[in-house]
Amino acid sequence: MTLERKMGAATRDAYGKALVELGKENPQVLVLDADLSKSTRTDVFGKAFPDRFIDIGIQESNLVGIASGLASCGKIPFISSFACFLMCKGYEQLRMGVAFPKLNVKVVTSHGGISVGEDGASQQSIEDFALALTLPNFTVIVPSDEFAAKFLIKQSAAYPGPVYVRTGRSKAPVIYNEQTRFEIGKGILLRSGKDVTLIANGLMVFEALEAAEILKREGLNASVVDLHTLKPLDEALLLGQAHKTGAFVTAEEHLVFGGLGSTVSGLVSQNFPIPVEFVGVNDTYAESGPPDELFKKYGLTANHIVQAAKKVISRKS
Amino acid sequence: MPNQTENSNKVNEKVDWQKLADTALLVRRDIIKMLGIAGSGHPGGSLSSTDILVLLYFHFLKHDPKNPKWPDRDRLIFSKGHGCPALYSVLARSGYFKEELLLTLRKLGSPLQGHPDMRKLPGIEASTGSLGQGLSIGIGCALAARFDKKSFMTYVITSDGELNEGQTWEAAAFASFRKLSNLVMILDYNQYQLSGRTKDILDMEPVADKWRAFGWLVKEIDGHSHQEIFEAIQWAQASKSAPSIIIAHTTKGKGVSFMENNNHFHGVAPTRDETAKALKELGENEAEIQRIVGMIK
Repeated sequence: MTLERKMGAATRDAYGKALVELGKENPQVLVLDADLSKSTRTDVFGKAFPDRFIDIGIQESNLVGIASGLASCGKIPFISSFACFLMCKGYEQLRMGVAFPKLNVKVVTSHGGISVGEDGASQQSIEDFALALTLPNFTVIVPSDEFAAKFLIKQSAAYPGPVYVRTGRSKAPVIYNEQTRFEIGKGILLRSGKDVTLIANGLMVFEALEAAEILKREGLNASVVDLHTLKPLDEALLLGQAHKTGAFVTAEEHLVFGGLGSTVSGLVSQNFPIPVEFVGVNDTYAESGPPDELFKKYGLTANHIVQAAKKVISRKS
Repeated sequence: MPNQTENSNKVNEKVDWQKLADTALLVRRDIIKMLGIAGSGHPGGSLSSTDILVLLYFHFLKHDPKNPKWPDRDRLIFSKGHGCPALYSVLARSGYFKEELLLTLRKLGSPLQGHPDMRKLPGIEASTGSLGQGLSIGIGCALAARFDKKSFMTYVITSDGELNEGQTWEAAAFASFRKLSNLVMILDYNQYQLSGRTKDILDMEPVADKWRAFGWLVKEIDGHSHQEIFEAIQWAQASKSAPSIIIAHTTKGKGVSFMENNNHFHGVAPTRDETAKALKELGENEAEIQRIVGMIK
């Protein structure tokens, strides 16, 4: 069988919908943006709840600081901008004003990864996982499709402490449906095999599923894990897979430093060392272009995962 | 320009000026004791903030030290986190925790961290120590009051060095645009930053004009005159249209002759001898001075 690539909404669109539902359910939820609400989709909340939405202006540092003060007074601020701007320009404020005091601020960014496309490298965040993971007390979530995004973002409102969620600009292939249930911190085993485990997040989950199909045709059985939560890490699922398949490929729309690959490798190297291959953006910035062509050029397709899988299987002792 | 009713002549007859002066003296002694025993920290900026903190904590703030999370309390964001010995002293003397805890400043396991940690010590409204962030946090508190239709005030104490930070000006623009009249910033303008005089490192003058241009109500005072601090806070509280800034001209190291305007004491604690000398100047009794210096290694 071949996997059907049915395109759904972008994860950022799911964010907008999740916010409107949260607005109805929880009067403490407020939304703040830094002049990108049309792109992050917080404008949907702004229209539904104009009194609970603040466009701060183009000032990410102040945005984070204001959220810190609001959270210290019992509010649940959701704050948004592009991933690169909020995480890079707001990083120090996230460190001092949110992570360190463990305040209840939900940071939901859009335009994660190179699938931003034509706007080019300055808008493409390839470092936000690493930045979020180096903020103690933060939970870090990277949903793979609209259903995962909506469910996990809604769940994050009631999840204690600071949460980072990355969403994307481009339409995401559908993996789940309205009935699928997710739990922060629990990965999803989408497919079970014995030869290798493909661990992915975000748009790379669908690529991993496609890679598993290709490998199957070549006689190799791959497990596929949607590791939508990078922190806290689902150690039980990952170590179970390590024992079962003895080889991992990680796939992320992020630099190969400090993200999914590093985190998963850190876990297995300390507990059950097995070979791991990383699929991700190598030590470079991408460029303008259509997302699918960028994925090909920068090594983020199902075929790249297949090659990595064959390599990692060959490294098994 | 925003308008405001002048309110500065309405002096409350019930103010016990002597008690406030006595408290300020006790706070200054605390600062010297804490830093002398800790062996590191920031005396200069602690002493320059003392009178402002004393007036706020012992006259103006609506707060309940026995219920530090009371939702209707006024918020005080101490943005110049390095000056925290002064804050810790007024918190202890207000009843947030035992005064004896003050002498554990900077020790392993102490809730009195080198810079304030809101999760470790009751009464700390924001974890600070990275300059330029307090005003934004204060805006968040002022907005929360507006959302919840609460009448509490938010006060933010900043240093003049912090005016170098771009975030201060992001916050300044936002607060006035949103007409946050429930927000009061008090600038502890002691004219020094770590490396030297602010006028030599990055001169921010004309400071008052900059804040006026950003849409704030501005008042300049002597930041050690209790009367002037008192009147300025009353003035700021009366604003209905805009955030207020009180530019408090202060002396770094105020109250200890050899620390005043001596920037060596920006970030260096007094030695054992200097601790004894400072406490003597501050009128501490000999037995207490000996007890304290006996605790200095």
